[in-house]
Amino acid sequence: MIRLERVRLGYDGRLVLRDLELEIAPGEVFGLVGPNGSGKTTLLRAISGRLSPHAGAIYLDLRRLSELSSRELARELAMLEQEISCSFDFTVREIVELGRLPHRARWQRLSRQDHEIVTRALWLTDTLPFADRSIQRLSSGERQRVWLALALAQEPKVLLLDEPTAHLDFNYQIEIMELVCSLAQEQNLTVLVSLHDLNWALHYTDRVALLSEGRVIALGEPERVLTEKLIEQVFRVRVRIVDGTGERYIVPLFGDLSPNPSPKVGGGFPLPVPGRGPGG
Amino acid sequence: MKRWKSLLVLSSLSALLVGAIALGIALGAVPLSPFDADPTNRLILTQIRLPRVLLAALVGGALALCGAVMQGLFRNPLADPYLLGIASGATAGAALTIALHLDIYWGFVPLGAFLGGVLAVAIVYRVAQTRWARLDNYALILSGVALAALFSAVTSFLLFYGGAAHDARRLIFWILGGLGGAQWLYVFGVLGTLVVAGMVVLLFARDLNALALGEEMAAHLGIEPRHLRKILLVAVTLLTAVAVAVSGTIGFVGLIVPHILRLIVGPDHRLLLPVSALGGAVLLTLCDAVARTVLAPAELPLGIITALLGAPFFLFLLRRRAQIGATL
Repeated sequence: MIRLERVRLGYDGRLVLRDLELEIAPGEVFGLVGPNGSGKTTLLRAISGRLSPHAGAIYLDLRRLSELSSRELARELAMLEQEISCSFDFTVREIVELGRLPHRARWQRLSRQDHEIVTRALWLTDTLPFADRSIQRLSSGERQRVWLALALAQEPKVLLLDEPTAHLDFNYQIEIMELVCSLAQEQNLTVLVSLHDLNWALHYTDRVALLSEGRVIALGEPERVLTEKLIEQVFRVRVRIVDGTGERYIVPLFGDLSPNPSPKVGGGFPLPVPGRGPGG
Repeated sequence: MKRWKSLLVLSSLSALLVGAIALGIALGAVPLSPFDADPTNRLILTQIRLPRVLLAALVGGALALCGAVMQGLFRNPLADPYLLGIASGATAGAALTIALHLDIYWGFVPLGAFLGGVLAVAIVYRVAQTRWARLDNYALILSGVALAALFSAVTSFLLFYGGAAHDARRLIFWILGGLGGAQWLYVFGVLGTLVVAGMVVLLFARDLNALALGEEMAAHLGIEPRHLRKILLVAVTLLTAVAVAVSGTIGFVGLIVPHILRLIVGPDHRLLLPVSALGGAVLLTLCDAVARTVLAPAELPLGIITALLGAPFFLFLLRRRAQIGATL
């Protein structure tokens, strides 16, 4: 379980997360949606422990995140950045083996059990057939599956994904989302995923949080959060939600930007730096 | 890479090193054999030839090891041990010692060089840290470039106007790199530093593997990138500075050796680091043998030979990378 209590975080004097509250249950596929700059990536990085809040607290199960060392954290929680590149010519298996680092002391070799976990992660993501190929010779869809295998090899309880479908072709997007959802179910993983395409959120998540200017402005089942009215308000674009083949789809009405300015949910800019300003 | 394969590479490189050292001892202005009974030849062997050949191996190993670490740390196969201005800092340090006429005292030139090199990296580190709050690779590299230019200007000034001119030949030889001053003390100095720094970097080899996925991903795997960079930069700086202090600035060994070996053994730093050290030792031992014999009894600066080998290779690398469309 992940719980955020009045988390406030920002850079260069600009607040990105404003007193954000959120609770995510174990085994849930939880989506984060919102316009660019609404704080999705910052929120994920905060939960990953890479950014520490200026105020408020993040709890993983019952422990405060700041109490955990980065190695302890890496055993509980895996995160895939939006764009991952590998600077040298490692093989797929070598990459996935890196997922065992937080479980092994510096001088320890990988045990037989480690190798089994790695092979299992490769198998679950269907990357076993090219386990000995170089990562640099794979398509972006295949590579995305390798990063997932790496995360699984960490044996985390929580998986944080920052726009895992970005830069992928349609077929790969579906493949990755299906895979993530089946893994969440089979491995009882908690998945927290940011998505820029609202349709993926609508189809694949159990619950979503709609972020705007660093706050959660709507939270709940995707069908209830992603409404025509709310999307128009936050994204300033008109959409229609249409039914087809028993599913619902969000369709943007191209070229029809909403005339209404976006709601100033958090009040005016700029906010004072926390700790110095009156609210800090 | 499979375990037996790594062992095979390690043992064949070790065998090559033994061969290169034997060759280095035999070759020279006076041909020698370890079983020579002649007292003069024995003296040449134990006091001149042997320390020199061993120093070549150690300096080569140190530079290649540092190169491999720097390439891993900066995630760039074109990085080398001198990336952060250590060479120009050391040269300026040596020039200053000569300009102040301190070179009449034994050991002051290497000491000046060592301090100059360490000072250069320390300044680069500080500048990059304060200017960009969060220390990043570009800030480090840019400060390194700027500082190298500054220290080169200091060296040139000292050389032309500042009183280093009386021993310009010595300084030039030092800039080009060479092992002419080899002695046992240097051998033990480099050996000690290489052992300590080598153990430290090997301990962090697996962290370097994770760093290949970028700092953020490495952090998600439980590694603290800033911590890692600090430790490794200290180890590499000290080792490089010691090597430069005793041999001048020998270029390209630290660049090409890790690069070639990465093509052979793969990028896993747990293997690449020790293999690079061995490969660098082999290469520099052979280059030094060439330097001593090709114009014997005169001697060619070692840097000329490594640059003659290294520069074309460097261009080849750049061209190949340009062809496959990779970014630097």
